Amino acid sequence: MKKHIAALSLLTLLAPLAACGGNDSGDTTITVLAASSLTETFTQLADQFEKDHPGVTVKLSFDSSATLAQQAVDGAPGDVLATADTGTMDTARDALASDPKVFATNTMVLVTPADNPAGITGFQDIEQGGVTYVVCVPTAPCGKVAAALLDDNGVQAKPASQEVDVKSVLAKVTSDEADAGFVYTTDAQAARDAVETFEIPQSADEPTSYPIATLDQSKESDLAQQFVDLVTSADGQAVFTAAGFGTP
Amino acid sequence: MTRSARPLGRPPLVLVVPGTVAAALLVLPLITLVLDTPWGSFWDEVRTQAVRDALRITALASAVTVVACLVLGTPLAWLLARVDFPGRSVLRAAVAVPLVLPPVVAGVALVTALGRHGVVGALLRDAGLTIPYTTTAVVIAHTFVSMPFYVLSVEGALRAGGEQYDVVAATLGADRWTTFRRVTLPLAMPGVMAGAMLAWARSLGEFGATITFAGNYPGTTQTMPSLIYGALQADPQVARTLSMVLLVVSLAILAALRNRWLTTP
Repeated sequence: MKKHIAALSLLTLLAPLAACGGNDSGDTTITVLAASSLTETFTQLADQFEKDHPGVTVKLSFDSSATLAQQAVDGAPGDVLATADTGTMDTARDALASDPKVFATNTMVLVTPADNPAGITGFQDIEQGGVTYVVCVPTAPCGKVAAALLDDNGVQAKPASQEVDVKSVLAKVTSDEADAGFVYTTDAQAARDAVETFEIPQSADEPTSYPIATLDQSKESDLAQQFVDLVTSADGQAVFTAAGFGTP
Repeated sequence: MTRSARPLGRPPLVLVVPGTVAAALLVLPLITLVLDTPWGSFWDEVRTQAVRDALRITALASAVTVVACLVLGTPLAWLLARVDFPGRSVLRAAVAVPLVLPPVVAGVALVTALGRHGVVGALLRDAGLTIPYTTTAVVIAHTFVSMPFYVLSVEGALRAGGEQYDVVAATLGADRWTTFRRVTLPLAMPGVMAGAMLAWARSLGEFGATITFAGNYPGTTQTMPSLIYGALQADPQVARTLSMVLLVVSLAILAALRNRWLTTP
C-alpha cells in the first residue's frame, strides 16, 4: 500500500515535467540564454533566424551572465549560451557542447540621465561629493570591468548600489534614480536620447569579449549550431557593429 | 490521538495521496538544503566581512521594522477595530494589499512615492533628504511589506476580544486612553506578540522590494537575501551556507510561535 502511494506521489510530481520535453510537431523551439547587454542585437538576430527557418521559434532569456552560466550548469533548458565575458563562459565549461567563439567586444562608458541632474561634465566628476552612481555587482562581468576601471582611475567615491545586471544599472539612470551609471557603450547607444554619455579613461584597456557556445542539453543541436553560425557570420557581425560593439 | 481506535474508518486514498505529495513538496527541499550545505566550511563562510555586514543590516532593519510596527501599527489596528469612521472597510482592504503585492511591485510602488523623483521623494530631496540607497530605505521597504501582517493580526485580536471590557472600564470612569492602555492592549497581547513575530519573519526574508527601492551595497543596504542572491551568481556553495543561516533563524521563529501553529490547541 505504502509503495503504491509513493509511486503515485512520484508520478504526480513528475507528470508536469514530461510535458516540458521537446516536441517534434513541426514547430521547434530553441532557447538562447544571453547576457542582458545583448538584448537588442539578439532580438534582431532571433527575428532574422525565424525568418530564415520557418516553423522555428527562438526563445530568448536575458539575464546576468553569471546567472545564466549557473543555470546552464544546472541543466536548465537551453540550446545556446552567450555571455559578456570569457570568465563566466568558463564557469559553464561542463555544460558546453562546442568550443566558445568570441563574436563581439564591448567597452564601458559612464552615462547620466538626459537632464544630468548632478551636472557631470566628465568621468572625474563622480569623485565629487553627492554624486550618486551605480555599478553592477562584482559577480557580473559588467561589475568586474567597472571595479577594474574605478581601480585604474583611483576613484575613492563608493557606488550607491550594485545592481544585478547592466540593464538594471541603465534603468536606475534612465529613471533618474541615479546621477550616473557604468554601462557598456552599446547600452548607452541603445538608450539614445535618454542618457548622456561620457568616456571613461583607460576603458580601452578593459574591454570585455562576448563568447558564444552551444549547450550539451540542447535537443536541437543542429539548429543551435546554425544560430551560432548566424551570430558569427558577416550578417550577424554587421548587426553588432551597427549597435556599437567592437569586432573580435 | 490513539492509533488503535479508528471510529471513522480508514483515511481514503483520494485524500492521502495528494496530502503526501503536498507534504513531500514542502519538506523535501528543506531536507536537501540541510544535506547540501557544505558544513565543513560553514563557520569560515559565516564569519566573512560581507556576511557580518549583511547580518547586521538584516538584524537592524528587522528590529527597527518590528518597533515601527508596534508604534505605528498598533494604533492603526485599534482605529480599524474600534472606531467607526467613513471609509473604514476601504482602508482595511488597502492595508491588506501589500500582503498580496509581488515584492518587486512593492519596490516599484515605493520608488514612485519615495524615489529621488517620487511624489514625496522629490519634496524630501529639495529639503536635502534622499532616501534611496540608505539603510533608512531598507527599513521603509521592510516596514511596508511587514506592517500588514502585524496590523491584521492585532486587529483580529482586538475584534475577538470584543468591546464589552472597554465598555465596563468606561462605566468605571476610565477615559479611552486609560482603557486602551490598561484593558484593551493587555487583552490583545497574544495578537500583538504573534503579529510582531510574523512581521519580523517577513522582514528577515524581504528581498524584492529592498533591492528595487533601496539598492544593494555591502554595509549600507545589502541584506542577507540580497547577499544570497549575489552569492548564487558567484559561488552556489556560499549561497547554500547563507541560506542555511536564514533557515535556522526561521526555525527559531517558528519554535517561538509554536503555541500558535505547531501544536494543536
